[in-house]
Amino acid sequence: MSIRNFLKNNYVFAYVLAFAFLLVSMLTGISVGSVSVPVSDIVKIIGAHVFRLPIADQVDSTNMNIVSQIRLPRVLLAGLVGASLAIAGAAFQGLLRNPLADPYILGVSSGASVGAVATLFFNISIPFLGLYTLPALSIAAALITILLVLFFARRVDRTMRVETIILTGIVFSSFLGAFISLIIALTGDQLQQIMGWLLGSVSMRGWSHIGIIVPFFILGALLLLVNTSELNAMSFGEERAQYLGVDVEKRKLVILVAGSILTGAAVAVSGAIGFVGLVIPHLTRRLWGPDHVHLLPLSILTGAGFLMLTDLISRTIISPRILPIGVITALIGAPIFAIILMKQRKST
Amino acid sequence: MLNLEHVSGGYDGESVIQDISFSVSQGEFFGILGPNGSGKTTLLKMISGLISCTSGSVQVDNRSIDHFSRKALAKKMAVLPQLTAHAFSYTVRETVALGRYAHHQGLFQRWTPEDERVLYTVMEQTNITVFQHQAVQELSGGEQQRVFLAQALAQQPGLLLLDEPTNHLDLAYQKDLLDLLKKGAEQEGLTVVSIFHDLNLASLYCDRLLLLDKGRERAIHTPDGVLSERLIKEVYKTNVTKYPHPTVAKPQMHLLPDKAECSAEAVMIGPSMLTIKQEHITLTSPIPLRTLSSGVCGAGIGWNSAFVNRHVPKNYDCSDPEGEMHDYLEKNGFNMGMTVGMMTAVQLSDAAYSLWEREHVSLFTVVTAGVGNATDGTQSVGASYPLTQGTINIWLFVNGHLTEEAFIQAVMTATEAKAQALRELDIRDKRTNTIATGTSTDSILVAATQQGETLSYAGTATVLGQLIGESVYTETKKAIERSQAG
Repeated sequence: MSIRNFLKNNYVFAYVLAFAFLLVSMLTGISVGSVSVPVSDIVKIIGAHVFRLPIADQVDSTNMNIVSQIRLPRVLLAGLVGASLAIAGAAFQGLLRNPLADPYILGVSSGASVGAVATLFFNISIPFLGLYTLPALSIAAALITILLVLFFARRVDRTMRVETIILTGIVFSSFLGAFISLIIALTGDQLQQIMGWLLGSVSMRGWSHIGIIVPFFILGALLLLVNTSELNAMSFGEERAQYLGVDVEKRKLVILVAGSILTGAAVAVSGAIGFVGLVIPHLTRRLWGPDHVHLLPLSILTGAGFLMLTDLISRTIISPRILPIGVITALIGAPIFAIILMKQRKST
Repeated sequence: MLNLEHVSGGYDGESVIQDISFSVSQGEFFGILGPNGSGKTTLLKMISGLISCTSGSVQVDNRSIDHFSRKALAKKMAVLPQLTAHAFSYTVRETVALGRYAHHQGLFQRWTPEDERVLYTVMEQTNITVFQHQAVQELSGGEQQRVFLAQALAQQPGLLLLDEPTNHLDLAYQKDLLDLLKKGAEQEGLTVVSIFHDLNLASLYCDRLLLLDKGRERAIHTPDGVLSERLIKEVYKTNVTKYPHPTVAKPQMHLLPDKAECSAEAVMIGPSMLTIKQEHITLTSPIPLRTLSSGVCGAGIGWNSAFVNRHVPKNYDCSDPEGEMHDYLEKNGFNMGMTVGMMTAVQLSDAAYSLWEREHVSLFTVVTAGVGNATDGTQSVGASYPLTQGTINIWLFVNGHLTEEAFIQAVMTATEAKAQALRELDIRDKRTNTIATGTSTDSILVAATQQGETLSYAGTATVLGQLIGESVYTETKKAIERSQAG
């Protein structure tokens, strides 16, 4: 039995490894920066926050502020965004039977961006939603975009080939991108705000943004985690899934809505970060197999750790300047996209 | 089990299927036939509930399929669609396990020991247990199709629907898969409804067939009733010949290529094609001849282009004459697939032959005869297997197109004429001292060019029958007289 077979049949090992990766990424993310914080201090500070333990005197108050006010929320936000994008990507890929389907490539991220930018530009604030207006409109825009993309792709080609979906996604991304440019051109006062948001970043967002994304993350992830068997069935084709007893229309809608919630919320708090939803599920599938029962949770853990590390790189590589996080993910993701595409063409 | 009542429907309001009604009982193997675009797949999708009927109803176990939930329906019927490519490399085990989906309840489905038992049983049945940990894509088409069959069987359905299950499969895999389904139908009462592209496979495996033509029922009957030359010609718009399967009591349809007849040049079999040597007499035809014969090699009905009558010594004794003859012919450069071989102990130079012609009918007759072993066929109990000199081998080459009836009548007519020749010459069975009807090891060959005029009969009422009678009588007499003189 090959090593890959061994890995695929040892999900306990997979989870241990993914958790370890997440933990290491998180601690590194918090520890490394302009001021270096020892890991022991981090553990103590987090322990104090979570378990209400008394903080030992040795911990420097500057370190404490850096960790609890800057680094910890930043790393957690990166983790939540990474987890959301990764599980959304994994679900889209299974649903569309297409390893290249990613919220960014499908145009869903662009849709969510339009929703977010429009909210900022028009200064929209829906009563009762308050702080949640931005994510709510991002999610709505994301959902409308994915439905339109799929509708058009089906009109072009009933069998919805990989290439058709990608091309349709590109068309929508360009179109929506033009909208964003238009809004920027018209922007006066809010330019700073919109540009800062657009570049895609998890810096200086603080605890409030975590509060925004967490409920949506929990909702979206739960909706997907109860549909793992259905995703398995549907990755063999909708027709076959229906023969196996899956209520395809209903489940498909639930999965698309859940994917949009996750993407929309992630975009709302951090801007459009590409390729995470592509790279992480692909890597996870390569390592542990395509079974969605494990693919989704493992993608959450790996995606979270991955974006924490990416964020670390983005703020340290040309320090003191900060590189937008989307630049790093694109640098890693685009070549992987190309490789998967080439492999696909070869096998068909 | 399955009941369709006046079912009509199709895609986007277009009625592809119109007014189809039939019932399939438990354990039946039911085939759906029809040319491309006749609505076979649409009908199957309507039965499986993927497309809803615009009118009429599909019932499973006396309940309309509209009243089933998707999961409940998946426990009643499973579908094996045509093989398609898949994006992700699931293992065989994961793929088959998906068949248990319909048996799971609740949000987080648990895998039970019962699931495991079913999984194991179906993997054993389809013979895929050995590669349960391999990725489905790594398997051959036939193996993949078996994996998806296992997945369908894991649903534990009473009814299995298949869309051209053997499409793109190698010959052996086609047979294996259909054998497996047939076994399931016969032994476990599985009801099978399958689309077939191949009429002959459908005929071999199905109990009944539905023939679709432009979305309408053309015939529902046993294979023998549906596969008639007229029906198939009308529906598929091509010429076919119906022929019984050589070993199974089911009909087979054979295509008739248009060009075959015109491309062959007109051939006239006659003395010029005959070579007489000490070791063997050979006739080589430039085209294969339709042949009915009782030789040592190439016997039965077939197409042959070389005909060999071989001289063997009187004391020829061999436990495996067929094998020995086979080796002999091969050594002498004959194509075994196209050669009829006979044996005789008489001197081949004594052979009698002539071309007989009358009223457009032309017949070339060759006879070698020895009567040392003459037997009265009416009192032949105790007649020995030869080996005194004596066999009458008769070859009849007809330049014309013979029907099967004509072939059989030709044999009768020739035999009667042979018996008459022996009577004239007063050849007697030494044991009984009665007039002999032949020898105990006679052989006959009737071969026809299958060109030109069709000769439907060869009884003595026809010109061909008369020619056969006269020529066999004359040539046999001549050959016996020569061999006795020699």
